Amino acid sequence: MLKKHLIDLRVKAVEHPREGYVLLQLTDERPLPEMRAGQFVEIKVEGSPNTFLRRPISINRIVREDNELWLLVHAIGDGTRAMAALQPGDHLNCLLPLGNGFTLPEGEDKKRLLLVGGGVGTAPLLHYGEELRRMGHEPTYLLGGRSAGDLMQLDLFEKSGRVFITTEDGTLGEKGYVTNHSLLAQEKFDGIATCGPKPMMVAVARYAHSQGTPCEASLENLMACGLGACLCCVEKTTEGHNVCVCKEGPVFNTELLPWLS
Amino acid sequence: MAKLDVNIAGLSLKNPVLTASGTFGYGLEFADLIDLNRLGGFIVKGTTLLPREGNDYPRMAETPQGMLNCVGLQNKGVEHFATEIYPQLKDLRTNVIVNVSGSDPESYAACAARVDELENIPAIELNISCPNVKAGGMAFGVTPEGAASVVKAVRQAYHKTLIVKLSPNVTNIADIARAVEAEGADSVSLINTLMGMSIDIERRRSRLSIGTGGLSGPAVKPVAVRMVWQVAKAVKIPVIGLGGIMNAADAIEFMMAGATAIEIGTANFIDPTVTMQVIDGMNEWLDAHGVKDIHEIIGVVD
Repeated sequence: MLKKHLIDLRVKAVEHPREGYVLLQLTDERPLPEMRAGQFVEIKVEGSPNTFLRRPISINRIVREDNELWLLVHAIGDGTRAMAALQPGDHLNCLLPLGNGFTLPEGEDKKRLLLVGGGVGTAPLLHYGEELRRMGHEPTYLLGGRSAGDLMQLDLFEKSGRVFITTEDGTLGEKGYVTNHSLLAQEKFDGIATCGPKPMMVAVARYAHSQGTPCEASLENLMACGLGACLCCVEKTTEGHNVCVCKEGPVFNTELLPWLS
Repeated sequence: MAKLDVNIAGLSLKNPVLTASGTFGYGLEFADLIDLNRLGGFIVKGTTLLPREGNDYPRMAETPQGMLNCVGLQNKGVEHFATEIYPQLKDLRTNVIVNVSGSDPESYAACAARVDELENIPAIELNISCPNVKAGGMAFGVTPEGAASVVKAVRQAYHKTLIVKLSPNVTNIADIARAVEAEGADSVSLINTLMGMSIDIERRRSRLSIGTGGLSGPAVKPVAVRMVWQVAKAVKIPVIGLGGIMNAADAIEFMMAGATAIEIGTANFIDPTVTMQVIDGMNEWLDAHGVKDIHEIIGVVD
């Protein structure tokens, strides 16, 4: 397990890739701690009196050469809206890195992995895909949204792998849901990773199971501590045990989740 | 540097700062971030004789200046603690206290007896006041007779320092405190969470899987300070105060109300290093106010 840190990071740049979303590019004078794709950060939100707890946000991207950590935040409540109002030069108190992260393939063989994301759930898949590419593997992205405007960071996804898209209204890519994309009937993959709305992840997990392909899903349950202490963020496994999404997850092998029946 | 050490019925603490059960895991979760050995002690999560899965998700709701939880005592049982967790904790140079819970006096006593065998666990905190468990838990903590029956059974099975954690969800907490003191409790800690509820108006249902939960955080602090003040007057045994402590000033407030030691709970979720800041902050406050020994401020408010 990587050592956890509580550090103040400086907001270097703020972008608004679409209405209601903010991309925070954070940095520090010192080299950022080691972090893995699929891990997350607990953010202390300032300037929002109704926000008591930290907000867990997945790691969107690590740009090592610029010592940057990117977080893509959906401004959906008071806490995340306060984060969307941050300005360059502001500081953000971060507890990181938390959780397990996606599995990185072992061995010399080049692996073909399918990364399926929906909505803001695409965020951690970008960093995962970039890590896979850096290791010499071939990530393929399958990204879904309601409409073309929902899909963010497509330029960056395209730099690190093939990109396939579905939209529910057909304004970009194939019309429908990610699990209806024609790609799935044409190609087999060595592994699948998914992050997004739970019904989408369940559908992806069932597809993977039907193909005998290993599948990981990243969950985002409500949580308090992020450290495995409060036991609030639990998910039930197929064995009936409650496990902490913050510590045993957020990434789970979908065969361990009761999603398949 | 003022003298910060205190004594809870023979249990000596290098400073009055403990952590509250259920907010600090087994301590190990915080080991990257703080020096556990600087704590006066820490109280590990609620432990029962047999494993418990706890309640269904969702178990937490954020509320103004606090949170509700209905975890429901999820734990792997006292045997798991004794064989898997205790070996990782036994060489720490701080007091590791086990919070013990049960469903009837016998199961409380059996769990306490197993912890009694663990050489480097100097005390237990008896949870007679969990609001999130249907059978038992708070049922015992809400009447003087119920509380006394559990403490009586445990006192026979447990020979080290016995702290009893009291529920605020009662008519008169001082009566409960006197009842457990009479049965041989060495100390009382208070308050456990206040029963509460939060409703998602769009979905027209509770935000918690079992409907209600326990409220913690700064929202409960004034209630907790008042109850510590009342109980400290009612009993002779030392009182441990908790409920919404976020910083050193809060901790000092509880001690002035009559607490000999304090527990930090929900604040650990906001800042996992808060315990260290409270220890440092208490020292600074005492020095700045010319207080040589923390005992000079315990219970100074009449």
